Amino acid sequence: METTIRQTWAFMFRGYHLTRRYISWVIVFNFYALVTSATVALIGVAAQDYQLTLTLVVGALMWNFMSSLYNEIAMSIAYERWEGTLEYTFMAPVSRLIHLTGVSLFSLLNSIVQTVIVLIGLLLFTNLNLRGANLPGVVVVLVVSTIAFVGLGLIAAALPVMSPERGAEATHIFQGSLLLVSGVYYPVDVLPGWLQPLSALSPATYTLSACRKLVGIGNPASVPGNLMGAPLSSVMRELIILALMGAVLMPLGLWVFGRIETWAKRTGKLKRTG
Amino acid sequence: MEFPAIQVCNLKKSFRKREGFFKKSRLWALEDVSFEVGKGETYGLLGPNGSGKSSLIRILSTLLTADGGEVRLMGLSLPKDQEMVRRIIGRVSVDAAFYKKLSARENLLYTALLYGLKPGEAERRAMDILEQLGMEKTKFSTPLEEMSRGMQQKISIARALVIDPPLLLLDEPTTGLDPKSRRDVQTFLEALRQRSGTTILLTTHDMAEAERLCARIGFLAYGKIVAEGTAEALKQQAATATLDDAFIKLTGEGLSKDEEPLEEEAVLEGV
Repeated sequence: METTIRQTWAFMFRGYHLTRRYISWVIVFNFYALVTSATVALIGVAAQDYQLTLTLVVGALMWNFMSSLYNEIAMSIAYERWEGTLEYTFMAPVSRLIHLTGVSLFSLLNSIVQTVIVLIGLLLFTNLNLRGANLPGVVVVLVVSTIAFVGLGLIAAALPVMSPERGAEATHIFQGSLLLVSGVYYPVDVLPGWLQPLSALSPATYTLSACRKLVGIGNPASVPGNLMGAPLSSVMRELIILALMGAVLMPLGLWVFGRIETWAKRTGKLKRTG
Repeated sequence: MEFPAIQVCNLKKSFRKREGFFKKSRLWALEDVSFEVGKGETYGLLGPNGSGKSSLIRILSTLLTADGGEVRLMGLSLPKDQEMVRRIIGRVSVDAAFYKKLSARENLLYTALLYGLKPGEAERRAMDILEQLGMEKTKFSTPLEEMSRGMQQKISIARALVIDPPLLLLDEPTTGLDPKSRRDVQTFLEALRQRSGTTILLTTHDMAEAERLCARIGFLAYGKIVAEGTAEALKQQAATATLDDAFIKLTGEGLSKDEEPLEEEAVLEGV
């Protein structure tokens, strides 16, 4: 048990020190995340539409959290490829479960910090008051969503094992597709008809739908300063779907990663290139 | 029962190379390689570029799966016992692969944690090794990217040894080092074997290094061990005065272009 904790901690330790050493880039990325979110949210302010502003703010926050979590996990292998350390990590006596758990925990912490920074920034930019929103309910939805997004991240993390450059490119294409079909800033039904079925496959669709209800978006009784956030029971459908997605995607991610690692060892793809 | 530290028997490894859109060909990196290394022995594996040395080290390091044959390390079979094998091997590769922004101390502590070691003990051990390798204490907190290649390679050796492995796999550890750093590393490896009885498998292009460090040497060419023995025995076998000449004669340097050995890098690019 002590060994497992130390091994899990190894990835947190590494992540912390890399963040410290790359702090100027971390500041740049957080600044960019804040500015892009604020730019989107200010569209609602300009339209003088409180509900639209709330919709955009919730979309920006949730997307920041989910995309950051997915991206950190998905790119963890690509980063190791670039640093040249992948072979050393793979020949250490660490099970892939512990390895990926450690990576996911650090990614989760990183995403929480980034989301809090963006939240503070958005509140400053939009002067929103979230009183009346069911914020504990939002946290529950995020916790359940996290499992599904970690699963997606694990599947995507296997791609750079297959191909150093193409894999990293594919993770971004997949991330972009999620943004497009999940209704982050608009209702899913504005998408072309042939694209709409894909939104049902994205966990982000259910996370956003649940969070909007819990914040009070779409409720005509919600007014500035006194939102009418729905109770958690009203988003049970979304929670169940997210839990099921997590239950499938997490083990699927580990399985896919394991299969691709075995393939990479057979074909020599772990060799340091890229 | 006493068993060799390394037993490699009829080992085979090939890579597929893409030739055009549909066509693929199979290129053999290792063809029927067999050798043994006794406990506490330093065994040198010498071969031209692309002869399969790195593929062999990768198979022993659990990073590559062989197509056929048998590998046993300290009695443990690969790939079946790979989890246990990973606990008993340390590896140094030709390129010092580190998180270059992190310091030596941070890189070594990360490795120690990865192997489940107590950070305090691991740090003390790592610092001892680095001091023995002639590194100043003040450098421990410097980011790796600010260090010379020689220093980085010394840290690479410390990383391999911080887990106190009974078996050390060294893939051209002194390539590109200045003479002083090369001598520091060689002296350290000699002392390590004498002091701890560590078994060492060393690949190198440096014949003098092989003569100095290795009890026995195997010449690997075209994916096969073409000659094996002590440095003296190899020179006698080839009827040459130097190991360089013996290597050239026994590995068949001067072959026609068609018969040139497989270039591993080119093969992998096409996979």
